[in-house]
Amino acid sequence: MAGPGRTTPAGDATYRELVRPLLLPSWLVIGILMVLPVALMAVYSFLTREFRGGVIWEFTLAAYDQFFFDRGLFGDEPPRIEWTYITIFWRSIWQAGLATLMCLVIGFPTAWFIATRPARTRGIWLFLITIPYWVNLLIRTVSLRFLLRDTGPMNGALQSLGLIDAPLPIINTNLAVQIGLFYSYLPFMVLPIYAAVERYNFALSEAAADLYASRWATLREIVLPVVKPGIVAGCILVFIPSLGAFLAPDLLGGAKTFMIGSLIDEQFRGSQGNWPFGAAAAMILMTLVLFVLLIYARAQGRAPR
Amino acid sequence: MKRLLALTAFLATPALAEGELKVYHWFEYIPDDLVQKFEAETGIKVTIDTYDSNEAMLAALKAGKLGQYDVAVPGDYMVKIMANEGILDSFTPEELPNFGNIEPQWLDVPFDPGRKHSIPYQWGSTAFSVNRDVYKGDISSLSIIFDPPEELRGRINVLDSQGEVLTLGSIYLGIPQCTQDRDQLKALNDMLLAAKPHWASFGSDIAKDVLVSGDAAAGMIYNGFSAKARAEGANVEYAFPKEGYVVWMDNVVLLKDAPNRENALKFMNFLLDPENAAAVTNYAAYSAGVKGVEPFLAPEISGSPENNPPEGQKGFFIEACDEATQRLYDAIWTNLKK
Repeated sequence: MAGPGRTTPAGDATYRELVRPLLLPSWLVIGILMVLPVALMAVYSFLTREFRGGVIWEFTLAAYDQFFFDRGLFGDEPPRIEWTYITIFWRSIWQAGLATLMCLVIGFPTAWFIATRPARTRGIWLFLITIPYWVNLLIRTVSLRFLLRDTGPMNGALQSLGLIDAPLPIINTNLAVQIGLFYSYLPFMVLPIYAAVERYNFALSEAAADLYASRWATLREIVLPVVKPGIVAGCILVFIPSLGAFLAPDLLGGAKTFMIGSLIDEQFRGSQGNWPFGAAAAMILMTLVLFVLLIYARAQGRAPR
Repeated sequence: MKRLLALTAFLATPALAEGELKVYHWFEYIPDDLVQKFEAETGIKVTIDTYDSNEAMLAALKAGKLGQYDVAVPGDYMVKIMANEGILDSFTPEELPNFGNIEPQWLDVPFDPGRKHSIPYQWGSTAFSVNRDVYKGDISSLSIIFDPPEELRGRINVLDSQGEVLTLGSIYLGIPQCTQDRDQLKALNDMLLAAKPHWASFGSDIAKDVLVSGDAAAGMIYNGFSAKARAEGANVEYAFPKEGYVVWMDNVVLLKDAPNRENALKFMNFLLDPENAAAVTNYAAYSAGVKGVEPFLAPEISGSPENNPPEGQKGFFIEACDEATQRLYDAIWTNLKK
């Protein structure tokens, strides 16, 4: 017969019945905060645009048609592929990818450095990484604008040192946007990698060295596979918000070209908005993001445990 | 707001018999003492609720607040939208003894021809400013923005606002707003695309800041912002271009189903008195649309170059196009920023 500690099928059922109501809050949170808004957005993307903001409750594919097909300025040409929005999406993906790469290149050594400090000083290093993020993102981005501008302290200092003759043209360029994104999201890269490296057993590196592995081979064959989940998590955490960012492109890049974020933002502003199109663009963006996450999940699933 | 209500309630208590007035107004756009003056003169108790955008005001009225307010203060294009929605009441000039005080140029406005629903409240303009340390040449033309001289290339900020950019572009080319003419729209599109490489940035909130800091040497800007830039020490000059400039105007409208129509007309008449109109201008630092305000204006406002366009220069309101036409302008804007 079943000994103590072994659950019978009947016991399992009571357990489940007991737990189910306790799970209710989490179902409510997921339902109200996630499923409902996304469903609402999906529905809106298929509705008819009400002129000057809002929607008319009539089904149409017009928003998606506008996204993918170009019928000329006057709408009477045969449909061609619409490159406008694809270009905007591609620009954002490129920008976000570059920011992710920069964060990884700087973030990995930083996380490694912190994780290899003595246990009692690690907390201080982590604390230092997070301090700037107690300040609102908008304020930090505006401050960066002050720092980078032609008449700002950085150019001022370089000029007074005689290192440059004219101010470095950084503000209102893609480089400024990159700096802004990098600065905004660096901790999202450092923290997960730190968590992974901290758990790494350094005896493995020693064992590899004993077996005549080069430093490079040790890093590639031993360290990276172990900390990979941290790296992937960090990349996702940086890439996704960078993709939708509009503060850095607007305030640092001069808003000369639309990014995904500013394109969507524009659709809900004032009297010129187009809600269904904004919702459709957001749905397409979300589909892209889900796609990235799916690839991650599959990569994780295949990874040797 | 609460303080104001408490104060007005206290002041007006003895004269409650004269009734009430419900005003739907922008946030911080009318001086408290002017409201008290109106209450003291008429014995009417004034209640003010505020909004922060034309669209929010329209939405609130349509969602059931119509019938609760007597007057509101929409911007120019919104007056036309509200009239088309049928939520404005009309009045005759005879009902407002001070109607004749309205400056003639603001009488036959495109958004309310003949002023049947609205009276001017405050107006301002949008054109451009130039840093005179950088560029000393002639700045009387919109070509400063759309076909800039060598010194200003790459150092221009334009407003990140479709209405202002496309309207100033149309004024520069001398083509009408809300046109459906293909050649004209194509010309506007091409002109903007050719001008864009000369622009450093698009930004509305930063329009003043970039001129003061020197990030930009010229920029499309609202006249009030330019006056502030000058007050902060930047050597900027605001231009009223010869081709024309953009004007905006906030207007007091009589709402449909106003619970206190008589009092609303008294209030509108009160605001058309030069001394009272000047009080609003001194507070908001824009311009009144009323004759004879000069003696009552604060010197820094009556003498401000940004508030006093030269005679004969023309201002254009941004027109509200119909849906099909607006689509074309939306496409040009997206094209410019893609």
